[in-house]
Amino acid sequence: MFAACTDPDALDGLAWLGCYLTTGKHMAFYASFGTVLLLLAVTAPAALLFGYGGALAARSPVAPLRWLGKTYTAVVRGVPDIIFFLFFVIALDQAFEWLRHKALCPGWDQPIRQGNDFLVCPEAKLPLSSAPQWVHESYGFALAVLTFAIVFGAFAANVIEGAMRAVPRAQLETAEAYGMTRAQVTRRVLVPQMWTYALPGLGNLWMILIKATPLLFLLGVEDIVYWARELGGSKTDIYAYPHPDWRLWYFLGLLVFYLALTRLSEIFLARLSIRVGRGLDGQGTRDLEVQG
Amino acid sequence: MKIYAIAAAAIGLSAGMALAEAHTQTLRLGTEGAYPPYNFINDAGEVDGFERELGDALCAQAELTCEWVTNEWDSIIPNLVSGNYDTILAGMSITDERDEVIDFTQPYFPPDPSVFVAMSDDLDLSSAVIAAQTGTIQASHVAEMEGATLVEFATPDETVAAVRNGEADAALADKAFLAPIAEQDATLMMIGEDVMLGDGIGVGLRESDTELKDKLDAAIDALKADGSLNEMIKKWFGEDAATFEM
Repeated sequence: MFAACTDPDALDGLAWLGCYLTTGKHMAFYASFGTVLLLLAVTAPAALLFGYGGALAARSPVAPLRWLGKTYTAVVRGVPDIIFFLFFVIALDQAFEWLRHKALCPGWDQPIRQGNDFLVCPEAKLPLSSAPQWVHESYGFALAVLTFAIVFGAFAANVIEGAMRAVPRAQLETAEAYGMTRAQVTRRVLVPQMWTYALPGLGNLWMILIKATPLLFLLGVEDIVYWARELGGSKTDIYAYPHPDWRLWYFLGLLVFYLALTRLSEIFLARLSIRVGRGLDGQGTRDLEVQG
Repeated sequence: MKIYAIAAAAIGLSAGMALAEAHTQTLRLGTEGAYPPYNFINDAGEVDGFERELGDALCAQAELTCEWVTNEWDSIIPNLVSGNYDTILAGMSITDERDEVIDFTQPYFPPDPSVFVAMSDDLDLSSAVIAAQTGTIQASHVAEMEGATLVEFATPDETVAAVRNGEADAALADKAFLAPIAEQDATLMMIGEDVMLGDGIGVGLRESDTELKDKLDAAIDALKADGSLNEMIKKWFGEDAATFEM
């Protein structure tokens, strides 16, 4: 990184440490914190969208849609996360490639499954094997986001559906009595009120999502856990900066990062729940007239 | 909805690239990046080591464009057969079990002895707790040892760490990996006899990739014939390392 770092063997003390902490490998480690934050930033709204869709589907008057919503939450919630993460990503990737294979290579006459091998035509590869490495990495990241969104979306769907049920039935009936359609009741009465009930559950999910981000590592994304383990492991003289087993320090760093992130989230969620709870009494019903 | 959006974006994106790069085929080389001196991630964050140099030489010899990819050891075979990369160069010994799932080229590295490292040399291996990396020939060897208990770890570095902190009495791995570690750490020593495992190290390939296998076999032949493979082995594993007979 710096000119002074060209010969690490000649350095000692702080200079050595300064050079060590600015190697290309460490830069990749620092960048991976961004990866985790980006995952959170993209996954949370995506999961919320899945959850919202799932909850609306589960409450739908159309039977097949209702079955779909209920099956989605039941299946995803019932399958252990790790199994889901290990199986689903490979299946999803192969499904995409199979679709592209059907679309792009109609003349292909060889079987796609040959023994253990999964073979699609080179044009159907996703990403193409000639694509630069960053495309492969972004694709892996996108698959990870999608998997996280589906898993957490199922839990969010359950929370949101419960919150929708908690909105007093009398209010919905009153709205219907005013002549609103079902969609209007949902949009104007149900949804604005259900957030109050959903927030504690969703806040919980957010905290769990933060702590689940090390699963990225299982999905082959080089996240902070991957780099902490890689950098912390003991290094022999073959490396420019040999050192003993320093994993403890690296993982302590991760601990601080995660604690800071969860603490900040707690403060933010507490404020948010005060904000959305304004004008509600303990039972969650509007009681503006009592205050007057 | 999101699925469609991503799928559509992905199809659109790569269809554009397919047109642009339809003629250049890139060979993706998969490795673990945690097993020096075979392969490791150097301080610049790049794949380095014996297999890096060998892989680049093979690609130059076979006139292929190559790209390095790192993958966890645990899932290195599943990701090869599902097509995320095309070869494995990760110090993977040729064994009958692996040969049922994937194919190997001829060996590019002769059978290398494995050794035990421990904190004391009077350890009784027949009743010891022995650490090995998951899914390696060393792990299967320990599992078959009468009386010994196997503890598995995801990376080779963790097996050595387990010996240092007392979780295991000894670790079993390739000698080329353990020798520099035992040399540079006064508390660790190599004990017992060398164990000969496997039939040498080859490039792992999908069974259906017969054309690539022929190409790489020919390239390995060429590197063996002009002596450059033996030179590489000596450079990374020392003058005493086992080499191929000319």
